[in-house]
Amino acid sequence: MTPLNRFQMAWRAAQDIQDGMVVNLGIGIPVLAGDYVPAGRDVFIQAENGIVGCGPLATPEAADADLVDAGSRRITLRPGAAIVDSTWSFAMIRGGHIDVTVLGAFEVAASGDLANWDMRVPNKGPLVGGAMDLAACARAVWVIMEHTTRQGGARLRAACSLPLTAVRCVKRIYTDLAVVDVTADGFLAREMLDGLNRDELQARSGATLAFAPDCGVLRAQPIEENK
Amino acid sequence: MTDSWQLGSNRAVRLESAATIPGENMPIDKRIATAAEALHDTPDGACVFISGFGGAGFPNVLIRALRDCGPRELTLIVNSATHRYSYTHDLIAAGMVRKVICSAARGHSKDLSPFEQLYRDGKIELECMPQGTFAERIRAGGAGIPAFYTPVGYGTELAKGKEVRVFHGRPHVLEEAISGDVALIRADRADRYGNLTFRYAQANFSPAMASAARCTVAEVRMAEDAPIPHTEIDLPGVYVKRIVAVGGEAGR
Repeated sequence: MTPLNRFQMAWRAAQDIQDGMVVNLGIGIPVLAGDYVPAGRDVFIQAENGIVGCGPLATPEAADADLVDAGSRRITLRPGAAIVDSTWSFAMIRGGHIDVTVLGAFEVAASGDLANWDMRVPNKGPLVGGAMDLAACARAVWVIMEHTTRQGGARLRAACSLPLTAVRCVKRIYTDLAVVDVTADGFLAREMLDGLNRDELQARSGATLAFAPDCGVLRAQPIEENK
Repeated sequence: MTDSWQLGSNRAVRLESAATIPGENMPIDKRIATAAEALHDTPDGACVFISGFGGAGFPNVLIRALRDCGPRELTLIVNSATHRYSYTHDLIAAGMVRKVICSAARGHSKDLSPFEQLYRDGKIELECMPQGTFAERIRAGGAGIPAFYTPVGYGTELAKGKEVRVFHGRPHVLEEAISGDVALIRADRADRYGNLTFRYAQANFSPAMASAARCTVAEVRMAEDAPIPHTEIDLPGVYVKRIVAVGGEAGR
């Protein structure tokens, strides 16, 4: 039983991005999902600095300091892309024009509450950026995060211990061990790693997990971590 | 703030040195030779917008000129107080800033950034908010809307103490407009009238900030005498008071 690495988590989330969707991918692991959208699905990636239709990263020769995504990465545009200013970009987000946002997280509660902006590191300044706007207003919020902290603490919790980003917003969680939906009744495991049993997954979670009748095996393509 | 900033909205804000020129009957020309001249009358206590995001549109020539002008007790309205490609931190490190209004103030390294050091020591004020709320509060400031309700931030500590009202069954937070004295922005091209074009993602907060400030100063790669065709203008010169051409190569 080998947990998914961060590229494989991004790959798994990307398989659920449907043809024609407008998606916003958070910095860190989520933005990697843009590379793994299945062929044949035409997807617009929105970045909150105003890009509507991000393409792949720019080559060093083609990189342009004025063409960056929300993670300050120098990118290209896809065919049909447009660029707007920040007020229009966030109007697009708040107005419900983003089908899915995929965000990183520290904790998710069984209610769907999300904590992903403040780890309470002493003396470090706050960084909220666009996370609250996206979490509160995208039509669906998916989270990619490791199932537990490095110390083994639960990230799927009855209630968040860290400051909230938005309440009752998360619909689906992709971890290195499982795919878990957030339903009106709490966490519902949809897929879990081959070789992991339900008791073991429950033991790594901080709130009760239900298991879907068709709970399947979490599979991912082999992708090397140091790609 | 000097009275010259109260002139008709599309007049250039004249430099004191130009006050004796019978300029009111001259065609508008907002071009100014140097960044230092364009910012020389920024007073202590000014509210200063600084645009830019992720390396696109940082007005770094103007920021350095403002540092050299040396006004004190500034309030900075800037998306990030700590972005590595912006010279905003120079103003903070120089002790010129009383308060920062932003959506991000976390340094990139484990060592504390100039902002974080001052904040730890209680020597600088902070108002942090969601980035879309930040942008919309500024937009509202330039659009004559004193406040608005947004669902963003509800139930979080950033909305503590704010008025909440339910619309369509969902709680919303009341947010007030932000306006200010000076806006520092960067664009690609300008004409004598202050009309601007932006490259790619260069605009970001600039249109909103330019509309919300009494005196907007734009640094541009090139400023031309001839008017830019209206189909190419991204921001009308109505919102821009002073233009400084700084040269350089596009996209570098």
